[in-house]
Amino acid sequence: MRRALGLAVLSLAVVPVARLTGQDTSAVDRGVRIGILYRPGVRPGIVVLTGRVPALDSLRTIMARDIDYSDRFELITLPGSDSIRLAAPVPTAGSRPAAGTASGKAGGGAASAGGLNYPLYQALGADFAVALTAAAADTAVVTVHDVAAGAVRRELRARLPALTDAGFRMAVHRLSDRVLEATLGAPGIAATRVLFVMDGKVYVIDQDGADRRLVSSTDHAALSPAWAVDGRRFSYMEFWQGHGRLFVQDVATGKRSPVATTGQALDFTPAFSPDGKTLAFSRAIEEGTDVYTVNVKDGCCLQRLTVGRFYDNLSPTYSPDGQRIAFVSTRAGLPQIYVMAADGTDQQLFAPFDYGATGSSNAPEWSPDGQAVAFHRDVAGTLQVFVLDVRTRAVRQLTSVGRNEDPTWAPDSRHMAFVSDRSGYRQLWIIDLETGRIRPLLQQSGARLPAWSPRLPETAPSTP
Amino acid sequence: MKRLPLLLLSGLAVAAVAACPGKKPETTPLPQGPNADSAAEAERLRADSAARAEREAREREEAERRRQQAIADSLAAIGKTTDAVKTMLATMIHFDYDKAILRGGDAAVLDQKVAILQANPGLRIRISGHCDERGSDEYNLALGNRRATAAKQYLVSHGIDAGRVETVSYGEERPLDPGHNEDAWSKNRRDEFDILAGGDALKQP
Repeated sequence: MRRALGLAVLSLAVVPVARLTGQDTSAVDRGVRIGILYRPGVRPGIVVLTGRVPALDSLRTIMARDIDYSDRFELITLPGSDSIRLAAPVPTAGSRPAAGTASGKAGGGAASAGGLNYPLYQALGADFAVALTAAAADTAVVTVHDVAAGAVRRELRARLPALTDAGFRMAVHRLSDRVLEATLGAPGIAATRVLFVMDGKVYVIDQDGADRRLVSSTDHAALSPAWAVDGRRFSYMEFWQGHGRLFVQDVATGKRSPVATTGQALDFTPAFSPDGKTLAFSRAIEEGTDVYTVNVKDGCCLQRLTVGRFYDNLSPTYSPDGQRIAFVSTRAGLPQIYVMAADGTDQQLFAPFDYGATGSSNAPEWSPDGQAVAFHRDVAGTLQVFVLDVRTRAVRQLTSVGRNEDPTWAPDSRHMAFVSDRSGYRQLWIIDLETGRIRPLLQQSGARLPAWSPRLPETAPSTP
Repeated sequence: MKRLPLLLLSGLAVAAVAACPGKKPETTPLPQGPNADSAAEAERLRADSAARAEREAREREEAERRRQQAIADSLAAIGKTTDAVKTMLATMIHFDYDKAILRGGDAAVLDQKVAILQANPGLRIRISGHCDERGSDEYNLALGNRRATAAKQYLVSHGIDAGRVETVSYGEERPLDPGHNEDAWSKNRRDEFDILAGGDALKQP
């Protein structure tokens, strides 16, 4: 308890004040509430057991990393856990007979539960243990043990493509997300990807930094990729002889099509409406830059949402309910974050600022849970990532080391990818807002304008 | 004129050669009647006319050569003017950080462009606005647009038809200087002026 308290104090000192939203207090299988209310520095421990099937090593490595990167657990690594398990006495399987069978989904787990030394793992700080076995050549079985309850929580089966198959990693990521669902009742973000721009081309990378691929490359420099909420399409802008043309590209087929009515002016920063029918974007003409929408489903119906003859309006981002659009406006001089109804009415300041003191604010992105808008703001000549609480309109600075810009939300609304030069050059990083933990996504200079995908649909082929 | 004696000489030489076969009857002046004399005379006339024709041809050739030279010279002169005007036209203007307001010192540069556009009614140009890397990538597209438009408005307010000036923005995507310091940034915050049409032969204003 003293140690936990110390950790908590330490964490409070280091970690920015966490949002107390989005905490998982949902009931789990047995109708028992588990204590996942956020306590800084105290997270449930989980151990991914090493097995004796070398074929599962890749699966285990990817899954352990996914669990680690979820930032919801203390990942306990036990290099010699096999020997510990084998040497440990078999626990009294009958001590908690109801636990394993209370849930229908947990059926069949009793056999493997019998082999696990729950008191030992409990002593090591594990609340959950994950064991991997192979049921058939192409089927993996993930047994999720509830160590505290001394029983199997759930047994997950998944057919996995061959290790050499391009879809292997994404299949494992999906399995990881199911483990998170089974343990915490909260969906994970393992099966997601991040689009970004590098050297004028659009790339995509898995959230764990693996599998970087080029998805769009022409002679025209590309900017500002953005996902459709269904994860099946994305949009981006290309320079065409000084004009900006928007494209929508299908993830599965790789086929792209120009967005109607764009390309005659400088059109940029596309953003899909949540229903996927409308694309909001910025259009720069001689009069200035304004926010427009176009119906991408029918390729029609251009609408102008803002009229800023002597100032600019740009970078629209939809609220997840599709009712509102946050955007950047220079109506007060420097660019700041504003909000309007999705039809352009009721425009008002969104992120408060001190006139004459607060620096430029740009690149807003509404969080998938609708509760926050991330953006970057000029602080003493460099950019820092900020988060606006939509309900209270309180603004909080998230970063302070180096230059940090262009934040993009993960679908869990607690992770965020952004560009930072904290390592000496600009590269992509990921931050967990609740723990403050930061990790590089891509250790390569020049990557920018990241866009984090929604949870990707099962049917989306792994090769875009 | 220098060539004339040579021309005459060669003409004579031709005449001499042509007359050669006729020399024999001359050295042995046999009274062969007027036929022989008229034949010789005809021969001489023929030689003269051949020489004259040749001379005239050479003169024509010379005149043509000089005419061509004059054309080339005047073309080169125009080219020099065009290059000079193009250089003037391409002179960039620069901006303060996050500003799209024309600097006072750039008025002269823009006045020059106004004059060039007025002297060359067929000329159409494109102004592209650029930014340094410090601002936001996407916001810089809007800022570059403002910078290009600011220069265009100056030209239009000084009498240039708006249809002759196109504006574009590249934000921070096309830096002139890849450096990461104020020296580089100040160079990169600029408007560039490119010729779209009518730039083959430009008059000095």
